[in-house]
Amino acid sequence: MPAIWIIAIVLVIASAGYFFARRRAFASAGSDPRQLHSLPVYYGANAAIAAAGPALLVLLVWAIAQPLLVNSALTQYLPADIAADEGARSLAMADVNRIAGGLDAAVAQGAMTENDAQTLNVETTDVRAMLASVGVALGADVDAQTLALAQRYRAATAFGNMLRVVTIVGLALVGAAIAYKLTNKDFRARRYVEGAIKLMLIAAASVAVLTTVGIVLSLVFNTIEFFKAFPAKDFFFGTRWEPSFSGRGGHSDLGFLPLIWGTLFISLIALIVAVPVGLFAAIYLSEYASPRVRAFAKPMVEVLAGVPTIVYGLFALLTVGPLLLNAFGANGVFQLGWMSGGTAAITAGLVMGFMLIPFVSSLSDDIINAVPQSMRDGSLGLGATHSETVRQVILPAALPGIVGAVLLAASRAIGETMIVVMGAGAAAALSMNPFDAMTTVTAKIVSQLTGDGEFNSPETLVAFALGMTLFVITLALNILALYIVRKYREQYE
Amino acid sequence: MTQDTADMAAPAQQGKSLLTQDARTRKRNAAETRFKAYGIAALGFSILFLAVLLFAIIRNGVPAFTQTFVTIEIALPADVLDKNGNRDIEDIKKVSTFGYNPLIEDALVAAVAGIETEVEDGDLKKMLSSSAGAAVRDAVIANPDLIGQTIAFELLASSRVDGYLKGRVTREDLARDKNLDAAHLDLVDALIETGGVARKFNWDFILGSDASESRPEQAGMGVAMLGSVFMMLVVLLLSLPIGVAASIYLEEFAPQNWITDLIEVNISNLAAVPSIVFGILGLAVFIQFAHLPQSAPLVGGLTLTLMTLPTIVISTRASLKAVPPSIRAAALGVGASEMQTVFHHVLPLAMPGILTGTIIGLAQALGETAPLLLIGMVGYIASNYPDGIASGFLDPNSAMPAQIFEWAKRADPAYYERAWGGIIILLVFLMTMNIIAIILRRRFERRW
Repeated sequence: MPAIWIIAIVLVIASAGYFFARRRAFASAGSDPRQLHSLPVYYGANAAIAAAGPALLVLLVWAIAQPLLVNSALTQYLPADIAADEGARSLAMADVNRIAGGLDAAVAQGAMTENDAQTLNVETTDVRAMLASVGVALGADVDAQTLALAQRYRAATAFGNMLRVVTIVGLALVGAAIAYKLTNKDFRARRYVEGAIKLMLIAAASVAVLTTVGIVLSLVFNTIEFFKAFPAKDFFFGTRWEPSFSGRGGHSDLGFLPLIWGTLFISLIALIVAVPVGLFAAIYLSEYASPRVRAFAKPMVEVLAGVPTIVYGLFALLTVGPLLLNAFGANGVFQLGWMSGGTAAITAGLVMGFMLIPFVSSLSDDIINAVPQSMRDGSLGLGATHSETVRQVILPAALPGIVGAVLLAASRAIGETMIVVMGAGAAAALSMNPFDAMTTVTAKIVSQLTGDGEFNSPETLVAFALGMTLFVITLALNILALYIVRKYREQYE
Repeated sequence: MTQDTADMAAPAQQGKSLLTQDARTRKRNAAETRFKAYGIAALGFSILFLAVLLFAIIRNGVPAFTQTFVTIEIALPADVLDKNGNRDIEDIKKVSTFGYNPLIEDALVAAVAGIETEVEDGDLKKMLSSSAGAAVRDAVIANPDLIGQTIAFELLASSRVDGYLKGRVTREDLARDKNLDAAHLDLVDALIETGGVARKFNWDFILGSDASESRPEQAGMGVAMLGSVFMMLVVLLLSLPIGVAASIYLEEFAPQNWITDLIEVNISNLAAVPSIVFGILGLAVFIQFAHLPQSAPLVGGLTLTLMTLPTIVISTRASLKAVPPSIRAAALGVGASEMQTVFHHVLPLAMPGILTGTIIGLAQALGETAPLLLIGMVGYIASNYPDGIASGFLDPNSAMPAQIFEWAKRADPAYYERAWGGIIILLVFLMTMNIIAIILRRRFERRW
């Protein structure tokens, strides 16, 4: 029975529980709601939650646990040499799962009966052709042992599914019955219902923690896999990035240095554009601009922050790149020949700088506004001009906050993907020339994970190691920046 | 500073008028003017860049909304299209696209009769999109009564003819092009005068489906738009309840302890994690571990939900915080429980702020591309509309930003034009969402 039907049954039991418990509460109070401890809906809700809550929770756990249990139980039937090696074991189990899925499809389409599927034999039937006829393509012929395992798998799953229906429907019924039994006019139903709601709120709040745990686990496990297949020393200190294209055989150089160099170089160009422009714009807006100019210009600058990065990417690829090539390329206006293609570190860096301007300016704006007015008044009262006040009083006072803002902008630049994928080129180069094509950590994560490579090859897994380094770097920058900004805010509060 | 005061104390101004500035004051005033000018320049530069960006988008993107059509009279003889003559739909379907091509060629020859040209009859069809045969066939299958008549069809011109009308393709460009000759363009010029070739608004760009690499004239955004809509539905249905529940807990119920601190630090850090990392998470958890279908809007929506949650939590907490404590005190005072206070009084008052934050979070998610690259929503040719609600969530599809990226990758000026056009559509969506958010805020925001 599919899960959706079980959920439907549980919900029916829950609504029945709601209805009957509510009626029982009324009856116990002699149809006078004033005699009840809680409002009538709470009695009903209590029964509904008691029926559905535990049952659905168990269903969720079951959905995750059953395949794991069945797989580990089947592993003991594999030959010892395959069971010992992790890679071979997961391949063998994947085969088993695929054949079992094929048999399921065959039964569902009526190509064979349930009984036939479980007594199928490789000597009497061509299983591969059989499954192909129902739309399940297999890579190789099926051997007797795998087929037997697949049949065992199906038997175990069928047994598990039956047990699941019984357990969960039973749990819902028991929950509803207990809640019904407890219901009388003195039962404090509201307390229980509110307790359950609070549990749900806590669960929602833990999603954030679970997300972080999910990110860390998915990165860590795959990174460990990668370092098993590829030496860590060659990754962190390698100066060449040349993955072999086929993904199998062929030597790959997966050196991290050219990528991090490209990342930092492009981020630096971006910050050189964004920090002065953003900072001066913020100073002008908060210190000089009249309210009317501010009301017009501030939203204008912030529109830039709402533009999706794909737009900046396309702008880099199709507008800024050709423009720069026209100026600095071999056939350009100045005949310089510095640039050989539109996609280069400077293209991506410039556009990323534009993207970061509103980020730097709105953060700096907040920070400059937080400097107490008394400091400005003091400085102006001593006869300093406005710009002297800004340079010698406000900026030093706001410096820690501005440093924090720049660090946050740097973390944004390092993690930015679309602009570099489209604007920076694909060649990994350890070059000092901003007009060269370069590539970054994020761009290579995309190119390694969107190829057709085997999922277990080092060429694919390297993306997780790159993601891990990216995650660690941006996380460290963020924590540092938030710490500095918080420290600074406390100073004037 | 101390240097300045020491200097000022010196009797430097003896014998001079107060009305003329000395060199030092002039210098300071000049520095002041310069500093202010830097500020104006920085601001002007940002706004100029915004203007350039918008100009580039509109100039390059608007042509994508019009398309060149060739109108020709095509004879649909019954002896070719329906050999049995009984108008049986199955028999008509047996005639493939190749069966229609000769009819179109004949029609083209007839259309250019009387115009002097070097183009051979067999090469005339290069002016038309290679989808022309399929378009005529679809029309006939939809309405078999057309067979035996001569009907005027409006067919898509090839992307190069379209580019010529839009000024993208010139005769020099065609010198080494095997798809079209300059002679074709002379013919096009002649046909424009007779009205046989014309540029019209192209609804298929907005509502149609993606096409293969060689037929840019046929490609449209519609299917990818549906993919985005399904994704946003998932994001809305998950991130709004979870985000609001999490904020209520953290703002109203959470005790001050290390667990609460952990959750709060987590949320503020997640808000700053690069979006590509969420793509890796989606790939590893939803596809590798949970075996959900690749390229499905459901997976995209789940991934974007995790990415949008911190934004929604942060804005929801701000609006909950803005509800004054007196509201809570009053509710508790007349006997409401804590839970009732929050759900009956605080939450409704905070709702406009929550909705505003949610719309802005959704707008962010709608424009996000990087995570979609990793879960396989790029590279898929979105050529079929989903069959229903379930298939809309589970069947492979693209999304608007992913479709734009895909077009940009195809390295064909005709597709570049469509990528810019796609950006206009995407920005219209984002602008609408933001305007709704602003209106909500203006209309319902309360200052206590």
